[in-house]
Amino acid sequence: MTDDALDPQAAPVWHLTEEEEHHDHSGGSPTVLGFWIYLMSDALIFASLFAMFGVVSTAYAGGPVPHEIFDLKLVAINTGLLLASSITFGEAMPHMEAGRVGPVRFWLAITGLLGAGFIGIELYEFAHLIGENAGPDRSAFLSAFFTLVGTHGAHVTIGLIWLVTMLIQLGMHGLNPATKRRLICLSMFWHFLDIIWIGVFTFVYLYGVIR
Amino acid sequence: MTDNLMQTVFGRLSLESLPFLHEPILLGTFIVVSLLGLGLVGVVTKYKLWGYLWNEWFTSVDHKKIGIMYIILAIIMLLRGFSDALMMRAQQAIAFGDNAGYLPPHHYDQIFTAHGTIMIFFVAIPLVVGIVNFVMPMQIGARDVAFPFLNNLSFWLTVAGAVLTMISLFVGEFARTGWLGYTPLAGLAYSPDTGVDYYLWSLQIAGVGTTLSAINMVATVIKMRAPGMTMMKMPVFTWTAFCSNILAIAIFPALTAAFFLLMLDRYAGTHFFTNELGGAPMMYWNMVWIWGHPEVYVLVLPAFGIYSEITSTFTGKKLFGYSSMVYATVVITILSYLVWLHHFFTMGAGPTVNSFFGIATMVISIPTGAKIFNWLFTMYRGNIRFELPMMWVLAFMITFTVGGMTGVLLAIPPADFVLHNSLFLVAHFHNTIIGGVVFGLFAAMVYWFPKAFGFKLDEFWGKVAFWGWVAGYWIAWTPIYIVGLMGTTRRVNHFDDPSFQPYFIIAAIGAVIILIGILGFVMSILVGWLKRDQLKDVTGDPWEGRTLEWSTSSPPPAYNFAFTPVIHELDAWYDMKERGYERPTTGFRPIHMPKNTGAGVILSALALVMGFAMVWYIWWLAAVSFAGLFIVAIGHTFNFKRDYYIPAEEVAATEDKRTQLLAQGA
Repeated sequence: MTDDALDPQAAPVWHLTEEEEHHDHSGGSPTVLGFWIYLMSDALIFASLFAMFGVVSTAYAGGPVPHEIFDLKLVAINTGLLLASSITFGEAMPHMEAGRVGPVRFWLAITGLLGAGFIGIELYEFAHLIGENAGPDRSAFLSAFFTLVGTHGAHVTIGLIWLVTMLIQLGMHGLNPATKRRLICLSMFWHFLDIIWIGVFTFVYLYGVIR
Repeated sequence: MTDNLMQTVFGRLSLESLPFLHEPILLGTFIVVSLLGLGLVGVVTKYKLWGYLWNEWFTSVDHKKIGIMYIILAIIMLLRGFSDALMMRAQQAIAFGDNAGYLPPHHYDQIFTAHGTIMIFFVAIPLVVGIVNFVMPMQIGARDVAFPFLNNLSFWLTVAGAVLTMISLFVGEFARTGWLGYTPLAGLAYSPDTGVDYYLWSLQIAGVGTTLSAINMVATVIKMRAPGMTMMKMPVFTWTAFCSNILAIAIFPALTAAFFLLMLDRYAGTHFFTNELGGAPMMYWNMVWIWGHPEVYVLVLPAFGIYSEITSTFTGKKLFGYSSMVYATVVITILSYLVWLHHFFTMGAGPTVNSFFGIATMVISIPTGAKIFNWLFTMYRGNIRFELPMMWVLAFMITFTVGGMTGVLLAIPPADFVLHNSLFLVAHFHNTIIGGVVFGLFAAMVYWFPKAFGFKLDEFWGKVAFWGWVAGYWIAWTPIYIVGLMGTTRRVNHFDDPSFQPYFIIAAIGAVIILIGILGFVMSILVGWLKRDQLKDVTGDPWEGRTLEWSTSSPPPAYNFAFTPVIHELDAWYDMKERGYERPTTGFRPIHMPKNTGAGVILSALALVMGFAMVWYIWWLAAVSFAGLFIVAIGHTFNFKRDYYIPAEEVAATEDKRTQLLAQGA
């Protein structure tokens, strides 16, 4: 665009004669920004759940307390699985940039397996707690625990469904601007859930056990 | 055995759940609504309009059409919400001493809950979202929003929420908890029936729509501005819409979370907000008000933007203090997040906490006051044209200032201890919401109507609407301020002290005058349509506007601008007119546009079915519709053909028509 202020005599440019291509599908696309904003709003949902947990984290109502019910070894394995899955997703992305669809699908599949392992262990933990009469209806503390951890787990599950969908779409269409954009969003989602989990691991499990 | 089967199939739904079978008021309403509905379906079928409506409107991703549909939804819901208001005013005007009135508490409680819920969630929000949708993309020189399909989905999710609320009128009942569903009253122990479930599912579904819409608008402002339009060259309305939507993204998650936790309490037996096993009912209050207070700014900020645009247009001057207006908007956005606790000073958080929130609340009046002075200075020595939009602005400035002052009064914690939950508070927030938001939205509808439809609204009936609302507001709410100051509490359906009755009778008369205002507005559309040839606007710029939306035709073509405009100054269109801009008539190119899709309607219909099934414990149907939501949403992602080109010839034909029209007009 010319700056007409430099030359007051020249007629200003009032419109573009060539169309700007708004549909660049890189990190600058509106979709990536929009998805980022969505993640921030999701972070605020988790913030609300953390706040709720904080308020009732010692409201045991005579029921079980954290160090009686949390199995830190199990949670450590779970944390390891989820953090590893973030690394494997990170492995997929340079291949995507380079346009190699095979390695992208391979690393996505590994990521999915790690995520499924995480969900499996979490379901086992939940079932075990409910079996020991430490379910979400036992006390406000347990309500908040199940809801915070369960909401995170539900997000991971949706991430898994999305991941499988992407595997299928990559098989059908390969890497095109649309599938690339979706992979960028999915990777942001996946890393975001990792960050949330670090908060859960620290404030719910570790802090719960030491106090 | 059959009982078990019935319960599996219908959940807790049965013939007894249809209260209109035995309540005459509801029966009458049901008959009228059914007849109106059947009549509408009949007319649409007779004139074979279903295809047109489906293809051109329901599935449209055009931001202008979606904006108009939001506004239609809001006006329909306004009629419902206002009927509730009239019923309350009538009840309170007669229910003194031995007279119990005509509404038993059970019914009255549902009415005030429905009134508040509908007026905020299904009138004010859709009106604001609708006007932002219609105006903002054109003001920034864009052809659509950043995510056109998401926009359509947001609208239909809002409709789904509104429909679910309306269903509660005839199937089961609505909440009796007040418009925010306070716990522990809204918990299962004290509200075991369907009311609170209707409330929660309606608002949760509509809330998803509002959040997605807010994300969409923020991304649009950041990414879609025409070249040359820097942030500080954005029109003030765009600025306020931007801040309002950022605020919406920041607050709706808190409401979603609060409702989600209350749902878990009601459906899964958790103990977040119950009285037993460690529940913390006041946490719910904190969470809903972290949403609730900023929400009024989500509504009023765009209204401030509307007043700014209109004041500047009708005084023929640049807005006074543009940058101070922008900074004031940003400061209000931030401060509004820090005042929520003033809604329950009486919780007992202690003097330190209460002082903080009291002072923060008072501080908000400083940027707001700055805005009022900016408008006054814009008008100072201006050539003011007292047309309808400007009249609304003046009524706002007077009315809203009074509401602001009673707000500062309520912000003083010791005073609030006396006035908490009194009718004084109720009068205060009606003063700010009617005087601040509603007046602004009417001003906006009158102002931008010719842009949307190509003709102005009828002026006589527009004035009836104006005087009905303004006079009606003051007659209805001044007496409520007075009885509130004397200590009358809110949400009461019967009074013992007969000396209050005259005040409530005057208030009821005021409500009827507001009704005249509402009908006047509907008439101004009807009469405007009948006289559309006389009131026609061929220029696209009927008010001597200053911003880009007035540079295109009325109604604008689907693509808004044949060429993407280049911006040099604030008040871009005024600048173009001043410096001899000539509209291009040749050299058109194909325009890239998004395709319509029915996915938004289908997803929202499934969400509605799921909400209904959850309210009535029809688990199989809830599971099926939930699975359906997933399948349709994922299926939609397999559709990669989402855009098309409007051919250059079509653009040229559209633009040539406008060239001819302009030549005729001149």
